[in-house]
Amino acid sequence: MTAQPVVPPEVEQDAPPTLSLTGVPRWKRIAASNVLWIFLILVGLVVAFTVINPRFLSPYDIREAIFTDNATLIVLAVGMTFVIVTAGIDLSVGSVLVFSGVVAAKVFLAFGATTHGLGADDIGWPEIIVGLLAGVAAGTAFGILNGVLVAKAKVPALIATLGTYGIALGASYLLTNGVDLANMPVLLTNDIGNTNVFGQIPVLVIITAVVAVLGGLLLAFTRFGRYTYAIGSNEEAARRVGINVSRHLIKVYGLMGLLAGCAGCMSLALFSTTTLTGHTADNLGAIAAVVIGGTSLFGGRGLVAGSVVGALIPATLASGFVIIGVNPYWQYIAVGMVLIGAVYLDGWRRRTREHT
Amino acid sequence: MAEPILEARGIIKTFGHVHALRGANFAANAGEVVALVGDNGAGKSTLAKCLSGVYQPDAGETLLEGRQVRLSSPVAALHLGIETVYQDLALADDLEASANLFLGRELTMGGGRLRWLGILDQRRMRAQSVAAFKDLGVTLQDANMRLASLSGGQRQSVAVARSAVWASKAILMDEPTAALGVVQRQHVLELVRRVRDLGVAVVFISHNMPEVLEIADRIEVFRLGLRVGRFKAGETTVEQLVGAMTGALKQEDAA
Repeated sequence: MTAQPVVPPEVEQDAPPTLSLTGVPRWKRIAASNVLWIFLILVGLVVAFTVINPRFLSPYDIREAIFTDNATLIVLAVGMTFVIVTAGIDLSVGSVLVFSGVVAAKVFLAFGATTHGLGADDIGWPEIIVGLLAGVAAGTAFGILNGVLVAKAKVPALIATLGTYGIALGASYLLTNGVDLANMPVLLTNDIGNTNVFGQIPVLVIITAVVAVLGGLLLAFTRFGRYTYAIGSNEEAARRVGINVSRHLIKVYGLMGLLAGCAGCMSLALFSTTTLTGHTADNLGAIAAVVIGGTSLFGGRGLVAGSVVGALIPATLASGFVIIGVNPYWQYIAVGMVLIGAVYLDGWRRRTREHT
Repeated sequence: MAEPILEARGIIKTFGHVHALRGANFAANAGEVVALVGDNGAGKSTLAKCLSGVYQPDAGETLLEGRQVRLSSPVAALHLGIETVYQDLALADDLEASANLFLGRELTMGGGRLRWLGILDQRRMRAQSVAAFKDLGVTLQDANMRLASLSGGQRQSVAVARSAVWASKAILMDEPTAALGVVQRQHVLELVRRVRDLGVAVVFISHNMPEVLEIADRIEVFRLGLRVGRFKAGETTVEQLVGAMTGALKQEDAA
């Protein structure tokens, strides 16, 4: 800017007298974040379950019940964080996940994979990779369709993605005649879906961690993330400074679709079947994870780290209830209460902040 | 007098049967606050929207430093150095002050191959924001605080500061103090004066005549889609302005 001498700064009379530009201490800022609190709740749950029954911390339970079974949910929650930060929603993710898996499976079949016995061992990595890419592309295409409907056609996200939820599921059933395609290529299910690295860490969990870390960095530290927050915070303000809001929204929903496609491929690798009926509630699971993790449904604020913790809480409750001998159906009630509490807390924080 | 930095000549804008602007003229000089006043429906907001690229005039020409320009969109106006401050605070409340200052113009790290990643250079943006706020006398407890936790006056100060940092030619302010309390209003007006002293033209739209006489160097009065009077603030009274706005006092253009 063209700096010229101006009158020395005056102290605003309507602001506290201790004005400085040095800022609030970092610890205060962290203490005020939702993510820290939800993380402490998770730690508290783990400690409580472990005290009641130390078997809770067994590597098998942690690995299978908490991480592997929820790898696809976490991948969906990463994408959902971006969507909800723009003040949007995506109900189609579970169906898009299934559709992506069906597309990948169809490509395997087209390459001559046999689907009887214990799994197709007659196609190799090149064919498998082509199939997985086709699955991811199918998911991305559905995501872009969602984005175009929301950003260009101005159909409310709730309705647009409820529509594509039905379309993707219907297409999956049509492609399969309603019968799951099972017995996926053994290379995929053995080397990706059911293998541990260093004997302890499942490959799917590593993929999930990579997705979560990249997603977290993208949202927090890049221009793409900054625009995502800006649109969720004040779409009109973003438009007035020249941000192409429609194009950005299409990218955000496209990213969600891409991650749903990845999750579909991960699900194929894990279960060796297209799980047509297994993902009808994934949308609600992902939304709950994001909201429990402190992301505001009103948009503008939220972190991927919170969503990961938010996805782990229901899993921890379920696993913990089993181990301490409580009826595991209580997890639904506990998760419901945590979800309502998280949204109440967000609204309460907004109200008090606006009044000060 | 020097050539106006921003000038509109014979602007016509109609919406269906409504003639919002009927060949309006307007001029703003560098380093002055020129107030744009008029009754509701006089066309001042329509003119401001034509000058900020929101509306396209049906006829007439817009000149920037004497050269004819086409303001085909708000972004085109921004690129030409014309910024707008809106009454309804066009800011992202969930972002910090420095993020708002650089919104849409983020500084990124790394040259060449890393550029496409768009990694934000937060440190540089924060440092430049703190310096800009300091230059303009905008006092914030913390330039890294979310705007939502600031007062309305501080938020409008951030909006004015943002326009001052990026505007090289003119800043349009559409009732920037309408939503503010008395003390906050004074702070924003003080900031407007400092921005003017940086050498850009400030076009100040307001309904509040005492405020207009306090802040403006010149006043251009609109009535029924035309400029009907031009006044120097020091030599004008509220009665004269109201007379021109209502048609009781005739000076120019008016049919």
